[in-house]
Amino acid sequence: MSIATRSLPRTIGAHAILLTYTVIALFPVILVVMNSFKSRAGIFGAPLTPPTPKTFDLIGYTTVIGQGDFFHYFQNSLVVTVGSLFFVLLFGAMAAFALSEYRFRGNTLMGLYLALGIMIPIRLATVAILQLMVASGLVNTLTALILVYTAQGLPLAVFILSEFMKQVSDDLKNAGRIDGLSEYTIFFRLVVPLVRPSMATVAVFTMIPIWNDLWFPLILAPSEETKTVTLGAQLFLGQFVTNWNAILAALSLAILPVLILYVIFSRQLIRGITSGAVK
Amino acid sequence: MAAPTRPKRPFRWHIAVFLAPAVLVYTAIMILPLAGTLQLSLFRNVDQSQVFVGLGNFRTLFGDPNWSVNFWNALRNNVWFFIIHMLVQNPVGVLLAALLSSPKLRFSAFYRTAIFVPTILSFVIVGFAWKLILSPLWGVAPHLLDFVGLKSLFTPWLGKEQYALTALSLVSVWQFIGIPMMLIYAALLSIPDEVIEAAECDGITGMAQFWKIKLPLILPSIGIISILTFVGNFNAFDLIYTAQGALAGPNYSTDILGTFLYRAFFGFQLQVGDPNMGATIATIMFLIILGGVCVYLFLIQTRLRRYQF
Repeated sequence: MSIATRSLPRTIGAHAILLTYTVIALFPVILVVMNSFKSRAGIFGAPLTPPTPKTFDLIGYTTVIGQGDFFHYFQNSLVVTVGSLFFVLLFGAMAAFALSEYRFRGNTLMGLYLALGIMIPIRLATVAILQLMVASGLVNTLTALILVYTAQGLPLAVFILSEFMKQVSDDLKNAGRIDGLSEYTIFFRLVVPLVRPSMATVAVFTMIPIWNDLWFPLILAPSEETKTVTLGAQLFLGQFVTNWNAILAALSLAILPVLILYVIFSRQLIRGITSGAVK
Repeated sequence: MAAPTRPKRPFRWHIAVFLAPAVLVYTAIMILPLAGTLQLSLFRNVDQSQVFVGLGNFRTLFGDPNWSVNFWNALRNNVWFFIIHMLVQNPVGVLLAALLSSPKLRFSAFYRTAIFVPTILSFVIVGFAWKLILSPLWGVAPHLLDFVGLKSLFTPWLGKEQYALTALSLVSVWQFIGIPMMLIYAALLSIPDEVIEAAECDGITGMAQFWKIKLPLILPSIGIISILTFVGNFNAFDLIYTAQGALAGPNYSTDILGTFLYRAFFGFQLQVGDPNMGATIATIMFLIILGGVCVYLFLIQTRLRRYQF
């Protein structure tokens, strides 16, 4: 490397800017989690210091766990996210295989039709989706949410997966055909295992917006039985506006699972985003 | 149809089987309701039955003061929301990506992971956390401004009509900056070393190298993040709803098309929900987004020069 790219002031400058922004990005999260472990006096007296033995208090957490039915909401979110993810990956991979493997009339057209949903958000169809769900009696069921999120996730999944499936070697598939494997076996036994890393990437991309969505749970499934954790947190926060301990604890409880998952999967996610680059 | 000389190929059922589930779900849950919504915007509920009114609903939306005042306000706010994103989110994202991609930078994986954290958090968390931080009750924001001697600048930004929308736009920028950063970072990494080395041989380094060599090469990615920002912004709802409620206060100053659609469609407090007006607003949003996507596809993307390595 030339000297120009390694000059000391430039490196220090880069670190200074990145570090500043990292602090900006993490500060609110740390602040909320830190203060959730404090007593009310601690929260207001010294918001910027970590909890000390004097200010340490779990009152917020006991309130949240005693009041809200968070475990149940959590379960709903899990069912919806895992369910939609399963269908997005299965249906998406199947369609991507059909589009990338076979040449048939209307192939390009079908690809464009499915790609339409990448740019046009499904939220704009809400009015008619609600009517559809009312007509089919699916309002206030988790099925409604799973269906909507499956439709929402499919376009991007098909698009990304068909790019990757084009790279699977033709020789391998043809060898399978010569051995008498059916097209279904080729797909499930040969192709799917090979594109598994890219399916993990699609899974992460699909999962985050579904887990965090507020709009559809609010409109399609607001009942107590079917509330997701995002909606539950929203309503809970609205109720406890003045109970700062409870609010901070609820926020921390909502942040932590996502944060833990992110730390586990961040390499996968970042590799997915930069996959075009790192060949 | 097929040429008579060619033997007719048997219908390949497996293609249909592979395509069917995705196409069925996508068509039934997304495309048909979308078409249904567009169609609903042309009808009005009169005495319990849907009556065709042509463009009547749009006339009401643009002209009737009960609707148009709120509509134009929401549209104006939405445009401002988008402008802030374009002016702050994307340039800062590009800057961070450029710094991250500098060779042999230590801790770059840490920075990358940390800066992306807000993007994975839900709007509910982000909206509420910032509401608390900016709240004059808690005093974190004035406290921090005090450190840099700017305490006098503090006002309850989310509570003041003239600042609330800008403050919320900046919160949204804070949340989503990870996306442009990552996409640009990926684009910068994909520039081959030979190009950079050739530039260095010609004595182009540092800032000049970024402006003259790298920036032209990543323009297509900047185009993509611009259109993603556009679609995301004109479809936004959650952050405003969690931070300011469906009424998008103070005095509708943070109302954007998403919250306006929610109120029109679902009703709020004294206002009764009206699916037809909701569909009309959704149609306008559809046209705006479609317009943006078309401008991108036909005007911008075709003019951007792509380099094949």
